Amino acid sequence: MSLDKETVAKIAHLARIHVPQQDLEPLAGELSKILDWVEQLNRVDTEGVAPMTSVVAMPARWRADAVTDGGYPDDVLANAPEAEHGFYTVPKVME
Amino acid sequence: MTMLEGRTGPWEVVIGLEIHAQVISNAKLFSGASTEFGAAPNSQVSFVDSAMPGMLPVLNERCVAQAVRTGLAIGAKINLHSVFARKNYFYPDLPQGYQISQYEEPIVGEGEVVIDLDGGASKTVGIERLHLEQDAGKSLHDQSPNQSFIDLNRSGVALMEIVSKPDMRSADEASAYVTKMRSILRYIGSCDGNMQEGSLRCDANVSVRKPGGELGTRCEIKNVNSLRFLRQAIEYEAMRQIEIIEDGGTIDQQTLLFDPGKGETRSMRSKEEAHDYRYFPDPDLLPLELTPDFIEAQRETLPELPDEKKARFMADYRLSPYDAAVLVAERETADFFEDVARGRDAKLAANWVISELFGRLNKAGKDVTDSPVSADSLGGLIDLVADSTISGSIAKKVFDDMFETGREAAAIVEEQGLKQVTDTGEIEGIIDKVLADNPDKVAEYRGGKDKLFGFFVGQTMRASHGKANPQMVNELLRRKLDG
Repeated sequence: MSLDKETVAKIAHLARIHVPQQDLEPLAGELSKILDWVEQLNRVDTEGVAPMTSVVAMPARWRADAVTDGGYPDDVLANAPEAEHGFYTVPKVME
Repeated sequence: MTMLEGRTGPWEVVIGLEIHAQVISNAKLFSGASTEFGAAPNSQVSFVDSAMPGMLPVLNERCVAQAVRTGLAIGAKINLHSVFARKNYFYPDLPQGYQISQYEEPIVGEGEVVIDLDGGASKTVGIERLHLEQDAGKSLHDQSPNQSFIDLNRSGVALMEIVSKPDMRSADEASAYVTKMRSILRYIGSCDGNMQEGSLRCDANVSVRKPGGELGTRCEIKNVNSLRFLRQAIEYEAMRQIEIIEDGGTIDQQTLLFDPGKGETRSMRSKEEAHDYRYFPDPDLLPLELTPDFIEAQRETLPELPDEKKARFMADYRLSPYDAAVLVAERETADFFEDVARGRDAKLAANWVISELFGRLNKAGKDVTDSPVSADSLGGLIDLVADSTISGSIAKKVFDDMFETGREAAAIVEEQGLKQVTDTGEIEGIIDKVLADNPDKVAEYRGGKDKLFGFFVGQTMRASHGKANPQMVNELLRRKLDG
């Protein structure tokens, strides 16, 4: 499977990663190779086999509905590039 | 069927709704942080909710139970196996960069809801699915000229997304559907239904077609937070689409925002590309497996639901479908009515609750839970009417007083001397005076002008200050005039 430059640009945009124009072509090649490698799995006959999304055969652990966390806004904001009045602040986003 | 009239004839509107209902729980869907509304910014955020590296989500049992209970309440299939998936998109109020949601395998499958329409009619709307997902944080755009403020307190609170089939055909039906769904959610206590605080929000998918034709291209109106806006948005959007098609254009599938100020829908350009969500199963979470025992245990917790209550009110109390639907819309109202109706004439009780009490509550901006007149007190008033202590018209005046002062009916009647006059002699005395004061009218009546009878009744009632028993007034007047 081979990706074109446009697809790579779109993926980069969705992930908000800036990729310079000259890097798109080589990146498309690299990503295509990875996809080719993974695609070998398609050769396995999986007819009648249920999709597996986890390798551990156990049911999900549940948590009781109790408040056990939170209450440390300063810690939450400690790594924020910018914060004000207890809020994260980001460049203005408006619809 | 409701149609919209265009230049080229009638058009049918096709509407499907997605309701986002915030689940009632103490803690968030995947973390132990509180869900309480209105706390200081970022004070109810755990490192899971703020998406710190290495933090892992653990599912809240109560949120699962609430989704199952809601599914059961809409007669839906509960899936014993469901899967959480990542829905990837980029927005500042979504610190993970993805929302944990359910995609191909939701916890609840198809169900249905009966909606109540004008004049007591009803209609069944299909439910496509219900799934659990995380709410996002909140952005404030008006705090600074060039920055948005982000509060993650809401981030990670559990939501149920309830997707209807495209079964609604008018803004009224859409509004009735949200009303009914809200009523069910509030009955079972899985969501408080507060649209103002945003715990119930809805997206509307709207398309138009010629009657019986192929489905048209739909547009999605996002995040409508009141029934009035929902109606306005649907009506505006349907007419917008009709005009485009009638002008020879085609509808582009797009996501719209409703602007309540301008009363119009407009395109949300920034999220155009966000439709590529690249869903995949969340590797941090194992599949959600339920047992039939768990589901049955949840069923046990369900109260009598609005439809069951409505049917019972119609059968046991002989109420009309309309009255029954009005009374069961809120559980508190239904309980209030049943307290009033216990041991009394149920239709009379329904009339007093719906016409008299609701009218006054509405005017005062209150609801039945903070009614100044308790169910017992209203019952006391109805008893006084039933045993002819006071007349119906006096009762309304007494009720005004009760609503104002919170006093009991009997005390007001006693103090103001409002007891109905049932003494034949006393009423005869009043009638004799009325007849003596109006000799010309008496002559006209006896000369064949039958309609004047009402005049004499009115005069007699007025002379008695409304206290004469109307039935006795009628009988005695007949005897005196005709006899």
